[in-house]
Amino acid sequence: MGEGEVRVTTATHEPSPPQLYPSEFEPPRGPTWRLFFGPGLGRALWMTPLFFTLGMFLVVGLRYWWGWDPVWDWTVIYSVGGMIAAPVGFLAGIGAFDYWLHYISGRPTRPEDHSGHGAASWKDYFRVNTDHKVIGIQYLCTTFVFFVIGGFMAMLFRAELAQPGLQFLDSQSFNGLVSVHATLMIFLFIIPAFAGIANFVVPLMLGAPDMAFPRLNALSYWLLPIAGVMFLASFVSPGGAFGAGWTGYAPLSVDGPIGNIFFNMGVQWAGASSVMTALNFLVTIITMRAPGMTFWRMPLLVWANFTTSLLVVIATPFIAGSQFFVFFDRMLHTDFFTPSGGGYVLGYQHIFWFYSHPAVYIMMLPGFGIVSEVISTNARKPIFGYRLMALSLIGILVLGFSVWAHHMFVAGMANWLRVPMMITTLLIAVPTGIKVFSWIATLWGGRIHLTTPMLFALGFVTMFTIGGLSGIYLGAVPIDIHASDTYFIVAHIHYVLFGGSVFTIFAGVYYWFPKMTGRMYDERLGKAHFWLTFVSFNATFFPMHYLGLRGMNRRVFDYPSAFGNLNFFISVASFVLGASVVIFFYNMIMSWAHGPRAEANPWHAHTLEWQVSSPPPIFNFDEIPQVVGGPYEYGVPGARHAVLAPAREAEHAEQVHA
Amino acid sequence: MRRGIVQLVAIGLVVAGILIAVALVFQWLPTSASVEFNRIQDVYWFATAIAIGIFSLVSAVVIFSVWKWRVPLDDDADGPPIHGNTGLEIAWTAVPAVLVIAIGIVSAVVLAKNGEASSTKPLQVTVIGQQFAWKFVYPGYGNKTTGELVLPIHRQAKFTVTSVDVIHSFWVPNFGQKMDAVPGITTSIYVTPTRLGNYQVVCAELCGLGHATMRAKASVVSEAQFEKWAKGKSA
Repeated sequence: MGEGEVRVTTATHEPSPPQLYPSEFEPPRGPTWRLFFGPGLGRALWMTPLFFTLGMFLVVGLRYWWGWDPVWDWTVIYSVGGMIAAPVGFLAGIGAFDYWLHYISGRPTRPEDHSGHGAASWKDYFRVNTDHKVIGIQYLCTTFVFFVIGGFMAMLFRAELAQPGLQFLDSQSFNGLVSVHATLMIFLFIIPAFAGIANFVVPLMLGAPDMAFPRLNALSYWLLPIAGVMFLASFVSPGGAFGAGWTGYAPLSVDGPIGNIFFNMGVQWAGASSVMTALNFLVTIITMRAPGMTFWRMPLLVWANFTTSLLVVIATPFIAGSQFFVFFDRMLHTDFFTPSGGGYVLGYQHIFWFYSHPAVYIMMLPGFGIVSEVISTNARKPIFGYRLMALSLIGILVLGFSVWAHHMFVAGMANWLRVPMMITTLLIAVPTGIKVFSWIATLWGGRIHLTTPMLFALGFVTMFTIGGLSGIYLGAVPIDIHASDTYFIVAHIHYVLFGGSVFTIFAGVYYWFPKMTGRMYDERLGKAHFWLTFVSFNATFFPMHYLGLRGMNRRVFDYPSAFGNLNFFISVASFVLGASVVIFFYNMIMSWAHGPRAEANPWHAHTLEWQVSSPPPIFNFDEIPQVVGGPYEYGVPGARHAVLAPAREAEHAEQVHA
Repeated sequence: MRRGIVQLVAIGLVVAGILIAVALVFQWLPTSASVEFNRIQDVYWFATAIAIGIFSLVSAVVIFSVWKWRVPLDDDADGPPIHGNTGLEIAWTAVPAVLVIAIGIVSAVVLAKNGEASSTKPLQVTVIGQQFAWKFVYPGYGNKTTGELVLPIHRQAKFTVTSVDVIHSFWVPNFGQKMDAVPGITTSIYVTPTRLGNYQVVCAELCGLGHATMRAKASVVSEAQFEKWAKGKSA
């Protein structure tokens, strides 16, 4: 309620230029004072080490008090000071808590979320900002940084794998690179990149001025770099980075070097970020739809993020639990997963996969949403079987919770559990198949525009089909018994997560690039990027099916010399794949800086985000839109998705005809 | 439209033909050396047939649509407003459901067969994983303990698998069977060797720094040779 009031009052004052601290809320201080004591990176710079020191003295003080030896136990100091206190200090420094702290302490609260709404310059992207459009771009830029880092790691261990035996890495750094690569790609790229796209697009699609909880939204974003830095910092910890795989199976992860703690705790920060964002999406989608926007009129991207958010909220606490238990086993000498103390080793896998299988859908459903938007718009046809498309998302959501133990067919779990888990696993192919068939039926007879986002969407449909089909092999227990823990699995996950998720992320970034930046990307470079990626992706990952079935186990730096030539080929292909991303970044950076101005609706799409200017106005809609029909009524004479107020409509019409 | 359907089918057949060639020309699976792996390979070929069919269908429609209905980017017209087709939607819900259930049934049957003790008494072998070596114990032969696996041909072996430290996974690619070695519990699998020769025991579960090199020799020998070897001195 209070928030709504603030929004109304500031909206009427809009003409004044964006000013971070309106004078009536801030005592007159100089710029130096603001640099070090105002919210921002300057304050974070000293608050982070301060909180680390506080955490350190808490540990040392208590250990001294109780007479424990050694008083200076650096493993405990790193965990408490470095992984809990310091991030809190960073968040406090950057100003993520300022509003709440002012409110609690009864001081006047700065309406920073609205006076500082939007970004006046690039510097505004480096501070706490509550505008969903700014946060969306913050998410995307951050996640692409980690995409590059994770990609470099992959190329590094692919270089090592070009020949059997160890060339230039040692076995610890190999395991570390493999583990951190997967962790970054999953927790710092795919999941948050989708959150970034959805952050930007979902409120616009709903006809809402922002997310339901803008300050929580900002906090969710700022937790993310913390997790990323923590995963990377494990490389400089004694004993090296966590090397038990991104799955971190106990007891290996309990006994291994302390780098594992960085995984245990990093996952908590990334997970908290995910859960908060998901709650925000759920509340936004349920309560902030424009008048007339019923559930059956929501674009499928919104449906996809709705179901994804449910998955996140329900499943993520399980990985948090599994990592805390591992952390406790190491630090507090509990015995959750240590058999010598009566612990249950397989318990870890059950809890872990109860999150991590739904996590596969967390990494996939938003992509389904993006592809539905892109295909419908670029085929100029309504999405085929809209309701079944939405219902199949719900089907995947429900079934997704009943398949986790298919990751454990050879793990030694109860034998009777294998057949039921196989049946649910195979059945999940049905709603997934419905989606694939509906996409290709949407293409049928359309007027197909082969834009870059469309190319990536079609690449996705075919590559994801391969990933889904290899999933059927793995769902069938007897085949899985042979193929489990081999390169067949590596091939499968990359067809699902790269040919699947990453292709949809590219499709989404190209599709909404004009809306986000107000500029158009270069179509020729976009196509070059697609074809180079498509070819090198297949050259890299398709042969891995063969290697795995033939007997190459995964997560190994050495392999039989008979696999040497094929591995060399894969390594070369992976470098081409890495190089293809350079085209993407060149296109994005140059187009953002110098590209031609984008129209409001370059794709002539019907959904609401295209009915406002590019980039959208500060509060998205000057008038509340009235939704009057479905989102994909292409080809239906006179059909409208929404009616905007006359003034805006006229402006929009001008832009379209200009 | 009739001509279009013919063209679509032709594209589908070309794709399927290429895929069948790829599936047959390369030897995707290692030579089977066990009864169990023979059965697994049957499931594999069943799934492959279905997968080739589905992928050919999907890619044919994508290729055909783009070929037939591609328009220049500045084209302004919309396509026909087709919102769905209940019959089609039921079909592509039901047919895949039937296909996957069929794979499920075949798999369940094979799984049950591969987990059955044969009528003759199986050879008992205890497999112990430890960072980073395998140990094989033969309880029927005075707990003979070795670092290499020796099995008699055509006699079912029951492996009881465990670990003394972290999780490992016992796998001989030519046997097709795999089972994790989990500290604190014992697990089991059956293998009935059908081919004489030397194979490799591989650790398939990441177990630490030496995971890649945690291998052992496995050989399948004649019954007589095995008896001779087993009654010899513990290695």
